[in-house]
Amino acid sequence: MAQPVREYQDIQGIVRSGYGRLEEASFLLLRITNLSEAKAWLAAVVEEPGAEKLSYRVTHAGHLSESHQERALQIAFSAPGLRRLRAPEELFQDGSINNFPREFRLGIAAEDPDPEGRSRRLGDIGENAPSNWEWGAPPETPDVLVMLYAEAGCLAAFQQMVMADLALGFEVFRVLGTAKAAEEGDTRREPFGFVDGISQPEIDWGAKREPGTGADLEYGNLIAAGEFLLGYQNEYGLFTKRPLLDPARDPDNILAPAADVPGQLDLGRNGTYLVFRHLEQDVSGFWSFVSKKSPGNQGVDLAEAMLGRRLSTGDPLVTASRAEIRGVGPDALDIRQNGFTYEPDPEGLTCPFGAHIRRANPRTADMPGGKQGLISWLLRALGLKRGGPRDDLLSSSRFHRIIRRGRPYGAVIDHRESVLRGKPPGVASGIYFISLNANISRQFEFIQNAWIVNAKFNGMDGETDPLLGNRVPSLGNHVTDGVSLPQPSGWGQRLAGLPQFVTVRGGAYFFLPSLRALRFFARQSGTG
Amino acid sequence: MVAAPIVPSGEADLRKLLLTMNDSPGTADPNNPLVPFGVFDTLHFARFVILNDATLSDLSVFGPEAEFPDAPIYLAFLGDCDGSADFLLADFVDRAGDGLRKIFAYCDGFNPNGDLLQWMRSHSVKPAANYVNWIGRTVLQIREEAALHEALAKYLTEYLADRSIRDKAKDQPRHIRDAFVRAVDENGPRLTPPAPTPLGWQIRRLISILAAVAAAFIVALPLLMLSAGAALLVYGAVLLIISAALAVFLVHLRRHETTDPDVQSPPKPPSDEHLAELGKLQDHDVTNQYTAFGSFKPGPFPRWTTTVIWWLVNLATPILYPRGNLARIKTIHFARWVFLDGKRGGLFASNYDGSSESYMDDFVNKVAFGLNLTFGQGVGYPRTRFLLWGGAEREQEFKDVQRRHALPTEVWYKAYPGLTLIDIARNARIRQGLERKTMTETEIRQWLSEI
Repeated sequence: MAQPVREYQDIQGIVRSGYGRLEEASFLLLRITNLSEAKAWLAAVVEEPGAEKLSYRVTHAGHLSESHQERALQIAFSAPGLRRLRAPEELFQDGSINNFPREFRLGIAAEDPDPEGRSRRLGDIGENAPSNWEWGAPPETPDVLVMLYAEAGCLAAFQQMVMADLALGFEVFRVLGTAKAAEEGDTRREPFGFVDGISQPEIDWGAKREPGTGADLEYGNLIAAGEFLLGYQNEYGLFTKRPLLDPARDPDNILAPAADVPGQLDLGRNGTYLVFRHLEQDVSGFWSFVSKKSPGNQGVDLAEAMLGRRLSTGDPLVTASRAEIRGVGPDALDIRQNGFTYEPDPEGLTCPFGAHIRRANPRTADMPGGKQGLISWLLRALGLKRGGPRDDLLSSSRFHRIIRRGRPYGAVIDHRESVLRGKPPGVASGIYFISLNANISRQFEFIQNAWIVNAKFNGMDGETDPLLGNRVPSLGNHVTDGVSLPQPSGWGQRLAGLPQFVTVRGGAYFFLPSLRALRFFARQSGTG
Repeated sequence: MVAAPIVPSGEADLRKLLLTMNDSPGTADPNNPLVPFGVFDTLHFARFVILNDATLSDLSVFGPEAEFPDAPIYLAFLGDCDGSADFLLADFVDRAGDGLRKIFAYCDGFNPNGDLLQWMRSHSVKPAANYVNWIGRTVLQIREEAALHEALAKYLTEYLADRSIRDKAKDQPRHIRDAFVRAVDENGPRLTPPAPTPLGWQIRRLISILAAVAAAFIVALPLLMLSAGAALLVYGAVLLIISAALAVFLVHLRRHETTDPDVQSPPKPPSDEHLAELGKLQDHDVTNQYTAFGSFKPGPFPRWTTTVIWWLVNLATPILYPRGNLARIKTIHFARWVFLDGKRGGLFASNYDGSSESYMDDFVNKVAFGLNLTFGQGVGYPRTRFLLWGGAEREQEFKDVQRRHALPTEVWYKAYPGLTLIDIARNARIRQGLERKTMTETEIRQWLSEI
């Protein structure tokens, strides 16, 4: 049986909460300039004995249940950042068993040209190519990401104070400010105007569910903690590979032992990986395109079909499922917005197959058809039961979930109206996409590659995500700029020539360490 | 498949020569001067790959007598074609003889002035098992049907551009279909009637079915010939013998599964350099190649087990999975399992749609049992339980093992870039819809929605 998560005081709070009540946020991209000062600041924010006393600290998941937090601070490191911090070299060594995973070590963007094709797989080509990024492509890679959250009106002072303290050890090479929050009581919307962050996996903190049983023949939203936190069992009932260390490396006994490898310390435990992507949205281009293509209702119908949810409420286009879905609810709003699968819509007539939310999470179970008799299970497992041409094309969702903690930036309010009135906002806007996962390649990269940018997703052809697609033709000059909107009539369902609406402007893979690991990094000897 | 040991000192030069055949990494130029794959109308896929097994040293965990220090490095030439492979081989000699001679000159004992066809025949290795996604579907058919789809899509766009026609068609989709049938009749594209499935394939399938019938007959024989009591006795005896044999097998199996030395302890992840080498060649087209090579555990048990399983795979797949899927996997165009070096080593080669990560996802989540059965006796394969469980279910360990055994495939050719199996099957349905005598209105709407 899997172990429940208990060490909340060791887990950075962002894993547990998106800090929705802290309406203001900014993300600082840092480079380490003075190692001992950098470590001194790290020691201070994790309240190491003897370290300087600051009026803020790293927020952990335990704080969230203790009291209301007026502000929050989180820290994550890129691979170059950890090396600059003098983290043990074996963590980065090729061929070592207990090193950081390769995708983290290499980073989201390789040097140009990208020989092994990570950018190709992520759709970061054409306009999205790292060579065009504002930050994140080598050598413009950040060492450290500091995330600041505060209640309305309080961020500026908080940020100023933190930046003053950082100045000794770090260079702040970019401050990514987020959008002012929507009006009180309103839901947070991304720049196109849609409610954002509706669907999240429910983390199985208490290890109440055993993954891989017959129950997984139905789609569920309660996901093993090990998918989002290192050091716990994942959806395979296994421990995701993570950085482990020899006890000799930790003379102060800071780190916890590895639960599955005797004699090793778990640097990863209670930490995870954070994928950061700076996505610029062409709000004006989006709304003028959809309103031109679908003049009725000023393009809202088309925009909703491309996203898969209603613009005004965020409700899904498909109707809620009658059966209860594990990990959804009991909140009525959650049931209305997430209590559904696409099974009642096999033709894509209600929600197009290519709609953004149907790609990003197809809500599939381990096997199509759900729970039936043993004979049926056996026939389906052996592939002996004939289904339609689209049957069983998609992987099971539970192995490919991410926690999303993104925030919008730029002019967000009323942009749609202003575009339609012919006055596009002058400021660039978009979203800082932030996702948390224990296995970057199986979670974020798989979703991005196999579902979002795959021109052949779910048996379709010549189209990628209608919102995120880069529209770059694939090998042999096959177009990818279409979108299919299945109609009962059977024809006229394909829209061609979609422009690019979202452009990648930066990004990085970070390690979001536990508080123990932060202490470990702060205390590591070898100052420079 | 043609496989011949190369002169080891020539490996680097051979690799260089092979790379000249590509127009982008991992993708052969169909018109390359050495072997212009594009001129061979019956060829679906082809590859040249150097089988240099970097995992040979794993054998040392089984003791010095298991080691194989003088294992040859093979050059393998694989192709998947319509009709007779031998005929294609002769065609290769005719039209690409000079290029092939240049390539095979790196093989041990190759005589550039000798009879090339004879040499290739003598070095051809028959796969132990073969899988074809859709038996009888030819390259010509795939290409013509893709052209048809493209033409119909264009007709449809033009057709619907006319508002009056579109309004009329709303109630009578039959009009559209009739117009399409006429247009294709008049302007093409031309559609060659489907070729009959090669006799060899039909015979193979027939033999498989006959064998199944014969087996059923033998099973039923006591019932037919003896009284009920005697038959029961015979069945009981046979059952007893089978159970005993199974028990002996399971005891051996479990002993191997629990006591065989574990190569993966400590685990051996693939090196960064190796992964970069593989990654470089992948995801240029919607289809990718996979070539994996490894050794079997020493001793007769692993080899016999694998021999029987591969034989069964070869026998059963054309019967169980003739069209569109291999168990739950719908993305494999062709696959083959080949013994080498007197069953010391084995090769698996496939062509699949999607990325390597999603291919592995299917392996782990949909057909782990199949992977365990067919590769469970390989050195370094993650520990299995009763040959069906464990193994590929150990997700990351399995992915590491298969990537470590994957070989960079220098030269890879696909006759229809941009098309996945799902595309190909859809195009075939579109053609069938066009050629059908009658269709209901619902069927026509369904048909149109695929265009």
